[in-house]
Amino acid sequence: MAIVFKKPNALTDKPFHYCPGCTHGIIHRLVAEVIDELEIEGNTVGVSPVGCTYNNYEYFSCDMVQAAHGRAPAVATGLKRALPDKVVFTYQGDGDLAAIGTAEIVHAATRGEKITTIFVNNAIYGMTSGQMAPTTLVGQVTTTSPFGRKPQLHGYPVKVSEMLATLEGAAYIERVSVDSIKNIIKAKKAIKKAFQVQLAGLGFSMVEVLSTCPTNWGMSPVKSLDWLRENMAEHYPLGVYKGKDLEV
Amino acid sequence: MGKRILMKGNEVIAEAALRAGCRHFFGYPITPQTEISHYMAKKMEEIGGVFLQAESEVAAINMVYGAASAGVRVMTSSSSPGISLKQEGISYSACAELPMVIVDIVRCGPGLGGILPAQCDYFQVVKGGGHGDYNLIVLAPASVQELYELTVEAFNLADRYRNPVVILGDGYLGQMMEAVEFRDEEPIEKANKDWATTGHGGKRTHNVTTSIYIDPNVLEAHNRKLQEKYRVIKEKETRAEVFNCDGADVVVVAYGTVARVVKNVIKDAEKKGIKVGLIRPITLWPFPTEVFDKYATVPKGFLTVEMSAGQMVEDVRLALNGRNRVEFHGRMGGNVPTQKDILEIVCQMADGQ
Ligand SMILES: Cc1ncc(C[n+]2csc(CCOP(=O)(O)OP(=O)(O)O)c2C)c(N)n1
Ligand code: SF4
Ligand SMILES: [Mg+2]
Repeated sequence: MAIVFKKPNALTDKPFHYCPGCTHGIIHRLVAEVIDELEIEGNTVGVSPVGCTYNNYEYFSCDMVQAAHGRAPAVATGLKRALPDKVVFTYQGDGDLAAIGTAEIVHAATRGEKITTIFVNNAIYGMTSGQMAPTTLVGQVTTTSPFGRKPQLHGYPVKVSEMLATLEGAAYIERVSVDSIKNIIKAKKAIKKAFQVQLAGLGFSMVEVLSTCPTNWGMSPVKSLDWLRENMAEHYPLGVYKGKDLEV
Repeated sequence: MGKRILMKGNEVIAEAALRAGCRHFFGYPITPQTEISHYMAKKMEEIGGVFLQAESEVAAINMVYGAASAGVRVMTSSSSPGISLKQEGISYSACAELPMVIVDIVRCGPGLGGILPAQCDYFQVVKGGGHGDYNLIVLAPASVQELYELTVEAFNLADRYRNPVVILGDGYLGQMMEAVEFRDEEPIEKANKDWATTGHGGKRTHNVTTSIYIDPNVLEAHNRKLQEKYRVIKEKETRAEVFNCDGADVVVVAYGTVARVVKNVIKDAEKKGIKVGLIRPITLWPFPTEVFDKYATVPKGFLTVEMSAGQMVEDVRLALNGRNRVEFHGRMGGNVPTQKDILEIVCQMADGQ
């Protein structure tokens, strides 16, 4: 019988530990499919963050380095400078990248480090049980904004893709979502392009992926997808923010 | 040996690192160690190495973490407030067993303190500073020649034990011009780095660098493995200079620049008929505890002298474990204990006071 669908080689056999309906798993799969398609698994080193995906070094079959909270872009910089011919990517959540690791991501992009960042924005701190993230939407209830995020008290949600797109060192920045088949296909294209930008040595590339956290949002997986579509996608418009016309 | 040349301590550290095969340097400017960066910035570009001025010490140490994961010889340098910021990355690196060399040219604190030399980083470098049960190998040179030799050695030790190694010097050592004689060839040890995350190339299963072990038994086992490594390092790598101690009335314990002042005190005391010995720890961790056993009963006791409020003195007391009196003299704020003051204390001790 012909095999029509299988686990990408770039994923190990270890079952994911993510909550039911969490879209981290889909994003892992997309990254792995891209690694397979570009045939770069043996040349790739990934950097795991601190967050729900802290141990995705067990899931990706390429070499992996686990980084301190927010420091993945600095660790990736060290790796890439030591291994200029290899592909280096970071996988980071929004607490990791947009709060504690803001300096590291901004300066990696500023320097135009030839690394690729998969930035998973689920508008919350998943791992530590649902605290407010810099990306949490106005009005969104979290364990540390129990009456909803209030701009006067908590400021406004940060738009990382828009911010990094202002930097000359950033070659390619796109925001995607994994809420529907159509968007998942687009997300994969973006991830592939981001890796191709790195392979072509064009500079820093990042794909921001809008993702769900059914557990800490307190919704069913299906409702979470609706909530993402109706609320997150509005504040975080999908699209290419840098490198639209980039040929790779 | 090659010819003797006059060089500044900080530049010698950088030159020694290059000679040891270090081609990756990540740092952030801070006085009094900046000449290391200046030297590296120039030389790395000339020889095709990597010099990167990071956005912070936090980033710099994590870049070192990344480069060390890739298996290259890598160094960062800083001074006290910068080392405070590096502590997170140092703890992670110790846990992940990454070889790296970290230079701390100590300035006076606490806080922003001042830019003058001090030895007040002993606690934060020798006793941890970062979280968890770990040890760094800490080397304390006392001359520019020793800065050179110990920096080369630091890279070998780091590779041999897969452990971060710190060169702990004070601002005088970094800023001082002194003659240094370079070897024609460096004794570079080649280490097996089959653990490095360099891309598996389809030839092996994936390598992982990590410092997280969620299972308590696995983490405890990892800790036990680290502790066993530290035990071996203690056994094999403990170093100290023992000078004039046989038959001494008083033994002074000092490291780095202060030990040089003490050597002058020894001459002055000799003239007064007092025999003073010096124990100069070269490895601050592992601390040369056993050296103290031989001299534990020196008649008039021990004097520890530091450019701090009294940090290493705790290890001297532990080493002697109540077997003799241990006096302390320290200066702070960038002041150096003077020959005159130390001599006076030594004379008082010899006098039985
Ligand atoms: C220095 C440090 N501070 C805090 C933590 C605790 N911590 C672990 S994960 C996390 C938040 C991660 O959130 P995010 O990056 O959004 O990832 P998610 O779990 O949502 O995927 C925090 C604060 C830590 N591990 N280290
Ligand atoms: S807590 Fe949220 S982000 Fe983490 S695995 Fe569960 S659903 Fe996913
Ligand atoms: Mg999150």
